[in-house]
Amino acid sequence: MIRSIINLGARTIGMIRWAGEGALFLLPSFFGMLAVLRRPRLIAQQLYSVGVLSMVIIVIAGFFVGMVLGLQGYIQLSAYKAESALGLGVALTLSRELGPVVTALLFAGRAGSALTAEIGLMRATEQLAAMEMMAVNPFERVIAPRYWAGIIAMPLLAAMFTLVGIYGCWLVGVVQFGIDHGIFWSTMEAGVDFREDIFNGIVKSVIFGAVVTGIALFEGYFARPTSEGVSRATTRTVVNSSLSILALDYLLTSLMFAGPG
Amino acid sequence: MFSKTLEFVVGLFVLLGLAAIAILAIQVGNATLGQTDSYDITANFENIGGLNVRAPVSIGGVRIGRVTAIDLDTELFSARVTMAIEAAYDELPMDTSAAILTSGLLGAQFIGLYPGGDFEYLAAGDEIELTQSTIQLENLIGRFMFSGPESESE
Repeated sequence: MIRSIINLGARTIGMIRWAGEGALFLLPSFFGMLAVLRRPRLIAQQLYSVGVLSMVIIVIAGFFVGMVLGLQGYIQLSAYKAESALGLGVALTLSRELGPVVTALLFAGRAGSALTAEIGLMRATEQLAAMEMMAVNPFERVIAPRYWAGIIAMPLLAAMFTLVGIYGCWLVGVVQFGIDHGIFWSTMEAGVDFREDIFNGIVKSVIFGAVVTGIALFEGYFARPTSEGVSRATTRTVVNSSLSILALDYLLTSLMFAGPG
Repeated sequence: MFSKTLEFVVGLFVLLGLAAIAILAIQVGNATLGQTDSYDITANFENIGGLNVRAPVSIGGVRIGRVTAIDLDTELFSARVTMAIEAAYDELPMDTSAAILTSGLLGAQFIGLYPGGDFEYLAAGDEIELTQSTIQLENLIGRFMFSGPESESE
């Protein structure tokens, strides 16, 4: 009885501590993000490791996802003689949902885990403490540039994913199955709205980028400074950001696309 | 000079990303840069069926505008549909009639305009007087099912 009360108390204190740590982490990173804008070269460096190095996997994944969607869509639609809607269906699927979501999942695995491991190791080897000794604010020098890089890179990667996916679908639908080239593009053009579909997709990917990078940096910064601690933090980054992306995606979709017309 | 190549690659990455967004916007999303000029006209329909805001307005299949608002006329208790017609098509005759059509058998509904022969043109705020409601499939089927035996007995 008393034991369970102690447990409950410990948990509550743990949660409050966690929230406090989060706030202590978020506030200086926010100020750091404003400060680092004066040194864009730091952001560019991180953009290379977060964005450019993720590009290959995103483009290849997008191409195959588009091809699979094209193949499955064609098989189902041709049963109703509605193959002409293939381009529209795939373009909407990719720009609204799969583009931002799959890109964010891959991004969490490719870039998020690397960020956590990097920062966790910096902490374990006391590089962060050394920076503070030299009066360099680690939030400004280490955390903020990576945050910016994640937020900038995600929408660009998601747009590439969507575009490559549409061309993958085009390859299957038009080149392989012989849907008319003009119909494929014109139904897409008529049905996809810039503001409604593509812009909302970009907004989604910006939010996902902020969430994934935020979780990755947080986990890395508060990782236990042992090799086991870093490995656990990396795992938590991938698991937590994947789950938050999927849950957040439902929330955003119901906010953005709710209701007909 | 590692940092120069790095900056070049990052620049290339950002350019590629922005190009992807631009292609999506222009080729796929058909984004129009800036608002096209348009003028509003209204039409009252007895029944608009499943017509939606943003549905196309067309003459002979060519899209010339969009439905911008649908509300209830509380005096006539009929549906008042407001549509924005592109300014390029400003010479619609006064006696143009409007009908709600369906693309395909069960497709989306849109408004078709049939120009008349009047020399006066519709201006902003004018109303189309001649309208035809949707053809409701349920009513058609009902009439077809229950009218057969009656007409035989007459």
